[in-house]
Amino acid sequence: MRLPTLKHAYPYVGWLLLAVALLVLAPAVLSDFRLGLLAKYCCYAIAAVGIGLAWGRGGMLVLGQGLYFGIGAYAMAMHLKLADAGPGGVPDFMALYGDATVPGWWEPLRNGGLALVVILVLPALVAGLLGLAVFKRRIKGAYFAILSQALAAAFAILLVGQVKTTGGANGLNNFQGFFGFALFDPANKRMLYFIAAGILLVSILAMAWLYRTRFGELLVAVRDGEERVRFLGTDPANVKLAAYVIAAVLASIGGALFVPIAGIVSPDDVGVVASIGLLAGVALGGRASLLGPAVGALLIGYAETSLSEAFPGSWSYFQGALFVLVILLLPGGLAQLLGLVRRANVHRGNSVGDHLLRGVPRGEQGETEVTRSASEEAAAR
Amino acid sequence: MTLTVSDLRVEFDGFVAIDGVSLTLEPGRLHFLIGPNGAGKTTLVDALTGLAHGSGEARYRTRDLLTLASHKITRLGVGRTFQTATVFEELSVLQNLDIAAGVHRARWRLMLPRRGMSEQVAEVLETVGLTELAERPAGVLSHGQKQWLEIGMLLVQDSSVMLLDEPVAGMSAEEREATGELLRRISPERTVVVIEHDMDFVRRFADVVTVLHAGKVIAEGTAAEIREDAEVQRVYLGDTVAAVTETTGEDA
Repeated sequence: MRLPTLKHAYPYVGWLLLAVALLVLAPAVLSDFRLGLLAKYCCYAIAAVGIGLAWGRGGMLVLGQGLYFGIGAYAMAMHLKLADAGPGGVPDFMALYGDATVPGWWEPLRNGGLALVVILVLPALVAGLLGLAVFKRRIKGAYFAILSQALAAAFAILLVGQVKTTGGANGLNNFQGFFGFALFDPANKRMLYFIAAGILLVSILAMAWLYRTRFGELLVAVRDGEERVRFLGTDPANVKLAAYVIAAVLASIGGALFVPIAGIVSPDDVGVVASIGLLAGVALGGRASLLGPAVGALLIGYAETSLSEAFPGSWSYFQGALFVLVILLLPGGLAQLLGLVRRANVHRGNSVGDHLLRGVPRGEQGETEVTRSASEEAAAR
Repeated sequence: MTLTVSDLRVEFDGFVAIDGVSLTLEPGRLHFLIGPNGAGKTTLVDALTGLAHGSGEARYRTRDLLTLASHKITRLGVGRTFQTATVFEELSVLQNLDIAAGVHRARWRLMLPRRGMSEQVAEVLETVGLTELAERPAGVLSHGQKQWLEIGMLLVQDSSVMLLDEPVAGMSAEEREATGELLRRISPERTVVVIEHDMDFVRRFADVVTVLHAGKVIAEGTAAEIREDAEVQRVYLGDTVAAVTETTGEDA
């Protein structure tokens, strides 16, 4: 046998480094305020891991993951508001804007366990139904991207319109407790950080497994030759659907954790701009690599904060410029850079594990569908 | 297993690409499908594999292929290759074959990583002569090797009907020879149908030849019989010179 151990070990070494950085280093050196920000980036990164699966591995340009991020976030926020509510059981803002009655569809979320179930199951259902309708009809490329983005936009608009039940443009905020823990207590904030970082690390491990399974290989095959897969006896729609649903659930988990950590969720956190923000990190880190999406999302979060502090109001220009630069110069993201360095050092032939490390598919010949959808992706940005 | 096509018609926006073709494709012989560009050869294969919509009937086992989706046709045992080899370039030769072998695996096993190589895959690698290249990405294979890989993918699927769209187009003389031998080796237990332009290749390897012209079958028989057929000479062999010099030409 060749050296599968070493090849397969690379991503895990990276994971270990990330784990040490997040669980040991960061809590030791960062102030509570900075750690809270890092916790927020971790929430984005969890959603980014899912985007890495759907976009990087599955070739689906998911421009509207804010929808699922929002489903998780609002489900969590509604539960927290209900749990915080005083004697009447009515969240404060409802008394402010409305007639102080809790709508029926809020009630199930009063139960913490049920809220968690909703956070996990509702995005899977929505993504499942949507994916079934879209993928079975062979809608892909830019059409899929636009559709998914339109849904995120519609979701945000819907929220803005429902001031009495969702807080409208202000969103939901002012949360006091999180499953019995007071949110103003710094110790509990640290705990939330560890939960977010832990879930992020676990979700990356889950991807490492998934990428090694036959499903992972099949997903890449669907990305690179969807029509061809049909003639291997597999309906590519089912493969894409599975990846899309997993990505949706991860986004929802990220959204749910975002709420107690950020202390607020508003339509701005789930709309088009937020969705593209999630994507930017994935592109920067390397969408098809294992660690790229998460690391990219963390870096983007950090850059947004520090650049906004240094040059107030200019972040969107930086973000746009970054996006353009990455797409033009480094389509495989930072992971591609690492891959180049590694390949310069290690003069071994191409082998099985290589595509795991490589950022992005090479230029394919003969598979017009792929090249077309790649240019469509570029156009869609 | 015999595949019986009766009165197949394929129409694109009023243009009749296949005009009432009836064919019997039997196992155990190398069946070649020839005809000038635009005769409808590829369209015929497309219709049989769910890529083009056709009317009529294509009876295989108990099913009519014209009513089935592509992936179900594959699962039934009817496989095809494409004019331009479309293997998964990012994946290794072995991974390509492994994915093709997935037809026979339980769904839940998708959740497990691939380990080692099944005997069947090893055997197929040997048959198509790619054992040495098993770990290489399919993208680095030569044109001919990609076609062999495609044929290998059909072999691991254990397709009992193989529809090969110009497998030797663009191959060197040695590669053609090797491919012909390969087709001969695999045809006894299967129904192998080959679309081909190169008349030399057809003469050397064909057991049966069907000639299509303008969407219709105009002749069927051995290569020698076809050569003698006046109609065929008129529409096809008349421009053999042109056909041979542009064997890689596009087919509608």
